[in-house]
Amino acid sequence: MNTLNMKFIDPHIHMTSRTTDDYAAMQKAGIVAIIEPAFWLGQPRTELGSFKDYYSSLIGWERFRASQFGIKHYCTIGLNSKEANNEALAEEVMDLLPMFICKEGVVGVGEIGYDDQTAAEDKYYRLQLDLAKEANLPVQIHTPHRDKKAGTIRSMEVALEHKLDPHMVIVDHNNEETVKDVLDRGFWAAFTIYPNTKMGNERMVEIVKQYGSERIIVNSAADWGISDPLAVPKTASLMLERGINLDDIHKVCYQNALDSFGQSGQMKESDWLENTTIDQSQKLFNNSILRGGQLPTIGEIRTNPIFDSNIIK
Amino acid sequence: MESKLLPNLLEFLEALLSKNATPEARTWLTEKQKLVQFSDSAKTLYLAFSSAPRYVGKSALNLSSEELEQVNQLRNGFNPTNWTTDQLARTILLLSLPSENAETYSKTILKLFGTADMGELVALYAALPLLPHPEKFVAQATEGIRTNMGNVYEAIALNNPYPFEHFSEAAFNQMVLKTIFVGKSLNYIYGLDERSNPDLARMLSDYAHERWAAGRTVTPELWRPVGPHINEAILPDIKRLFSSENETEQEAAVLACSQSSYPEAQALLDKHPMLKHKISEGQLAWSHISQKAITA
Repeated sequence: MNTLNMKFIDPHIHMTSRTTDDYAAMQKAGIVAIIEPAFWLGQPRTELGSFKDYYSSLIGWERFRASQFGIKHYCTIGLNSKEANNEALAEEVMDLLPMFICKEGVVGVGEIGYDDQTAAEDKYYRLQLDLAKEANLPVQIHTPHRDKKAGTIRSMEVALEHKLDPHMVIVDHNNEETVKDVLDRGFWAAFTIYPNTKMGNERMVEIVKQYGSERIIVNSAADWGISDPLAVPKTASLMLERGINLDDIHKVCYQNALDSFGQSGQMKESDWLENTTIDQSQKLFNNSILRGGQLPTIGEIRTNPIFDSNIIK
Repeated sequence: MESKLLPNLLEFLEALLSKNATPEARTWLTEKQKLVQFSDSAKTLYLAFSSAPRYVGKSALNLSSEELEQVNQLRNGFNPTNWTTDQLARTILLLSLPSENAETYSKTILKLFGTADMGELVALYAALPLLPHPEKFVAQATEGIRTNMGNVYEAIALNNPYPFEHFSEAAFNQMVLKTIFVGKSLNYIYGLDERSNPDLARMLSDYAHERWAAGRTVTPELWRPVGPHINEAILPDIKRLFSSENETEQEAAVLACSQSSYPEAQALLDKHPMLKHKISEGQLAWSHISQKAITA
């Protein structure tokens, strides 16, 4: 038994920072759809136009680029917590968000929440919760690296205070210390398999063994740092190896992401099931990725995950 | 575009949507059109424009040949053959927006361009030939040609009379060259023959030389806009095509010469009476070359 024919969704990955090699490897490993949350660039933006062009690239060029590799690209749009601290700019960004959140393939408001848990972060987190509620969109919450447990609980309490249904909220970057609080309150609990900082996937296996697969979601949050765009399929493979049944793996590495973000009405399984051949040479997409002399990929999409190691520490 | 055509065109597009989408979709759109027509805020348009696929679907339009003819009478060169229902609904919304004030109208539309996703860009660019105050969008359309998204590029360059009517010679020439560069067929560039010019012919010939130098081929379609401008510099290219073993290249050479009044080109043509005859009999035309290039 292997994960050869399994399909995966990575509901948190920053593809604008990744290469075409990553896309090719992800497709080969069985990833059919991804969600790219709006994030910062590793450094703060200083102009409104940078936000606008970034959001536009998530729904434009990046979506197109992913399609060249047979991967459906969705995104969440929001003002991240770090940049909420530039209040003058944050005000302008808030005016910009309604232009984007109702667009096709925008499956939520995110990633939003707390970083240093400042007053400004709190203000824009709350405003965006209201916006998500008004647009009837799921919320993707980034929980802080520091003072994590208190920050996670606070994120949820504020969401409840703003009358959000926990079933519409995906709380991200959980660990052993936060998972119970999140599940007990009825929220979705996402886990980021990110080398050395967030979760390792051996720990993830233990969490699924202990808590089961309901409302638990695995992602990579791969970005411009040392991270792994194959974290989801590798974790699935490791789970299988360590005795977790296929049904549970399917839920945490695919179905739960679809069920939670699918509540946006912007993400349907038929989006990728009904279009399983890619042809980079086809008329519609000609030559945008390919440069002279490269051979296009043509044919049925097959999943064939062969990893040197499926363990991410 | 003459504004008096607008109501007829809008009616036609509305009828087309009714035929291609559900009654619920049509009702949704009618309601949004009214809001867009009477609202003071552009936000109504932006929200309806964004959410159109959700309500009207994204299926391909089913156009009869009569309808295609009709649409071409309403707006010369307009060709929605490859359109989808969401695209049609978005175009109807754009045409429902009050347009008396050219400044306000174009500002609202240009803001849509500035935040558009892939599908919205396709709809916006393909709708350009229908919009009032088309001169306001020349810079945007010229910018659009620089896109790397294949489907967005097609929306501007192919089956669209807007570049023919509004692009400068330099912008039009760049578009023709890029169309070849990205491997799409020239056959769908509206008004290509009318807008061919000596500078374009020179650019295309240079491009062919660059490809040949690298040991690559060029599409025989390339010679279509070159034909009328064959001169001393281009003649050796045409001779090269005639000596090619590729039948389609020979046909392209004959077609190019048949468009030229340059005496030496005419002389070359006379050396190939069979092919010349095929042209006069309507058995050989640039569209055949395009067809071969696509299926090759």
